[in-house]
Amino acid sequence: MYKKRSFWLTVVAVSLFFLFIYVAQNSLDAYIIRILNVAAIYVILGVSLNLINGFTGQFSLGHAGFMAIGAYASALLYMSPQLKAMNFFIKPLIWPLSEIQMPFFPALLIGGLLAAGAGFLVGAPCLRVKGDYLAIVTYGFSEIIRVLFNNLQSVTNGPLGLKGLPTYTNLWWSWGWAIFTIFFIKRLIDSSYGRALKAIRDDESAAEAMGVNLLYHKTLAFVVGAFFAGIAGGLLGSLVMTIDPNAFNIFLTFQIVLIVLLGGLGSITGTVIMGAAMAFLMELLRAVEVPMNFFGITIPGIPGMRMLIFSIILMIAVLFFRRGIIGDREFSWEGFISFFKGRPSRGREGE
Amino acid sequence: MELLKIEDLTKRFGGLVAVNRFSLSLSQGDLAGLIGPNGAGKTTIFNLITGVYKPTEGKIIFMNKDITQKKPHQITALGIARTFQNIRLFSKLSVLDNVKVAFHLRLRSNIFAAVFDTPGYSKQELEMEAKAEELLKAVGLLELKNERASALPYGHQRKLEIARALATQPKLLLLDEPAAGMNPEETIGLMRFIQKIKEDFDLTILLIEHDMKVVMGICEKITVLDHGSVIARGTPEEIQNNPEVIKAYLGTGGVYARS
Amino acid sequence: MTWILFLQHLVNGAALGFVFALVAIGYTLVYGVVKLVNFAHGDIFMMATFFVFYGITLFSFPWWLAFAIAIFLTILLGMGVEKVAYRPLRNAPRISSLCSAIGMSFLLENFAVVVFGGRQKPFYQPEVLIKTITIANVRIQLVSIVTVIVSVGALLFLNYLVYKTKMGLAMRALAHDFDTAKLMGINVDKTISFTFAVGSGLAAISAIFWALRYPQIWPFMGVFPGWRAFTAAIIGGIGSIKGAMIGGFSIGLLTILMVAFMPNMAGYKDAFIFVALVLILLFKPTGLFGEA
Ligand SMILES: Nc1ncnc2c1ncn2[C@@H]1O[C@H](COP(=O)(O)OP(=O)(O)OP(=O)(O)O)[C@@H](O)[C@H]1O
Ligand SMILES: [Mg+2]
Repeated sequence: MYKKRSFWLTVVAVSLFFLFIYVAQNSLDAYIIRILNVAAIYVILGVSLNLINGFTGQFSLGHAGFMAIGAYASALLYMSPQLKAMNFFIKPLIWPLSEIQMPFFPALLIGGLLAAGAGFLVGAPCLRVKGDYLAIVTYGFSEIIRVLFNNLQSVTNGPLGLKGLPTYTNLWWSWGWAIFTIFFIKRLIDSSYGRALKAIRDDESAAEAMGVNLLYHKTLAFVVGAFFAGIAGGLLGSLVMTIDPNAFNIFLTFQIVLIVLLGGLGSITGTVIMGAAMAFLMELLRAVEVPMNFFGITIPGIPGMRMLIFSIILMIAVLFFRRGIIGDREFSWEGFISFFKGRPSRGREGE
Repeated sequence: MELLKIEDLTKRFGGLVAVNRFSLSLSQGDLAGLIGPNGAGKTTIFNLITGVYKPTEGKIIFMNKDITQKKPHQITALGIARTFQNIRLFSKLSVLDNVKVAFHLRLRSNIFAAVFDTPGYSKQELEMEAKAEELLKAVGLLELKNERASALPYGHQRKLEIARALATQPKLLLLDEPAAGMNPEETIGLMRFIQKIKEDFDLTILLIEHDMKVVMGICEKITVLDHGSVIARGTPEEIQNNPEVIKAYLGTGGVYARS
Repeated sequence: MTWILFLQHLVNGAALGFVFALVAIGYTLVYGVVKLVNFAHGDIFMMATFFVFYGITLFSFPWWLAFAIAIFLTILLGMGVEKVAYRPLRNAPRISSLCSAIGMSFLLENFAVVVFGGRQKPFYQPEVLIKTITIANVRIQLVSIVTVIVSVGALLFLNYLVYKTKMGLAMRALAHDFDTAKLMGINVDKTISFTFAVGSGLAAISAIFWALRYPQIWPFMGVFPGWRAFTAAIIGGIGSIKGAMIGGFSIGLLTILMVAFMPNMAGYKDAFIFVALVLILLFKPTGLFGEA
């Protein structure tokens, strides 16, 4: 009975949300729309990383690498041959890629699938190592992707990157994918598979003793997480219109890690809130780098200040808000309703 | 019928021989005990049977299959379940979910069926829920099913571990010191409980226990281990009067040292 | 490729190898004692070069004094990082201390960008050290030889510290069994602080030699040396000083030889190092000299 009510409430909420998207896409100014797009991309990234780090307990720092794969793969598929020829003026693009062009959606999907494939290739062997080692190896992986993309000129155009990408990403695409990501991962972690993942997080040996195939399930989390990271990469590429290998650096991964940490390891609700907040925060922080004018006194912008403030926030989050803004609690309609009826909430549903 | 056959099992950790040419044979329906002083190698034997450690030498045959090189989850799927000496629950999961995890290995739906909640998956999920509740009822934890596992008192945690092991639908159950930390009253309850689940679930049980009342009270045959080697086998009476056994225990403070 | 050229590269490689070995030992010491990968180690390495830079440009210290002060300040920095970022999290879940280590690394890098500026700066090279000498037709920069000599000295001193002093004994006890050592009354905070001090001191020494060899310093210069040294520590078996030395040495040598003999592949050298790391972790996770 509750289940049915929650279902309809969710349907209504999602419809209202898309109504908002419709209005926003048509009436808000381009600057705000851009931030909202970034917010959706952060939500996808945060939720997918939380699947790996928060729900499965495997500390991965590879998200930027997966994003790079998704961004490049999709861009090379949806760019027109002429645009490609213009970009690859030093070393031409290798053959089949130089001719192919397809619509945004399948290109995005293939980008996601390739990222998932990379997730499998890296994940399957790397997940045999644990903890700090896994963090290092995945970090290494994403740096290596960067090195490879800088060097594989005839596929990626090297450090020049790809410029003038068509802007397909709009609020429909970005938030559509964000909602799908939330849906998919929420349902996944609530399913029998999700219980197995959480069991691995809580006690690997015990999970294995209960018949959970560790390698399979860890790889599963990795592949699903990588897929959505690849999608987010594709969306980001078409939003910012320029990609180069060095944009997908460790800083990008740190941002996502911060979203997950502040949102709460193991809380999708917190991650969604923090993902959206991060888009606005990074925008606000941009302000510290442009010259400011206070009552006639001009304070020059300090390059790098944005990152410094960001890293201080990161440290504060780690040291003082270790459990995230809402711990590992989860939004639920029951909790929501009882909150408004003023009854104590039993909404500690996220286990 | 012979369910488990262990032949010449040896495990070395560097220079230390934790288990030395250990052999054991269990028939369907046995309730056997494995005892020995601290550090004798009992838990190591469990870890070898369940595939956590690979043996240095020797063979383990379960239901006529050689499981020596199998992975822990494969061995569980074949029908061996265990509990841990130092309780290892999934601390952040609810009591109910702890049990449900153990059903996962029998799930016949792929991940997409699970995410999109197909009728086939939905049905299995409901079955899991029902069976898990049944098991919790059997161990008397049904009212606590929505609690976090880590919030349970110690005795309940032990029972939950057993319920979780039963959920994997084992033929052979390995219990590592189930009575540890229980008071005499709880211990008596536990003895009855072990005998009951053995009948109800048609189990074969191998039990490690320091509490001699438990071992002598319910085990039909006992194997005594010291420094990795078997020093005696027999019925409770035979073991109690075996001078070798008494000597081994005296060295560590007597048979009742930890009861 | 002549025999002489090869020897020249070999000496260069050996010097670089020692540089990596000293950094790798920093990782290994800290990991051995607190079981934490000190992600900020590469950035502590970077900070040392800036201390030298400002010692010379701002305070006009003679170079040897600037070096000494930089080493001292780097040691303080290492201890400070431990105190601020790691100590409060010693009993927290691993994931927290890991994030803290990453955050600290990031903080130091960005601090350097804001305070020192993001552009490359020239590192002062004392005349005496960059002279080239010729021994039997092999042309060698004096700095390579000094690197080798000072590194060997540092290693001997380290050996003395770890095996002959009370502090070293405490370090080894903590590394062996943290809880027991604690129960036996070892001052954990002091020992860990000391470990960071030693690691950072070695990082400072190697950073100076690194900068003498590649005299451009900038805030992100610690990232790749740090990453390679870490790999070296893993390959040698993390926790093992001997392993870190040999691992660091081989990686240094390999990097130089690769750049020299396979210049086309040089762009991929970190990719190769990564593959080596993964292979080692998969097939011999304890490294060549690590204990199980
Ligand atoms: N992974 C391991 N590495 C090294 N030595 C081990 C390992 N596991 C167990 N040992 C050693 O093997 C010996 C047997 O240990 P085991 O845990 O099997 O003893 P036990 O009989 O279960 O003792 P207790 O009654 O205390 O539980 C001990 O000396 C122990 O230190
Ligand atoms: Mg034991």
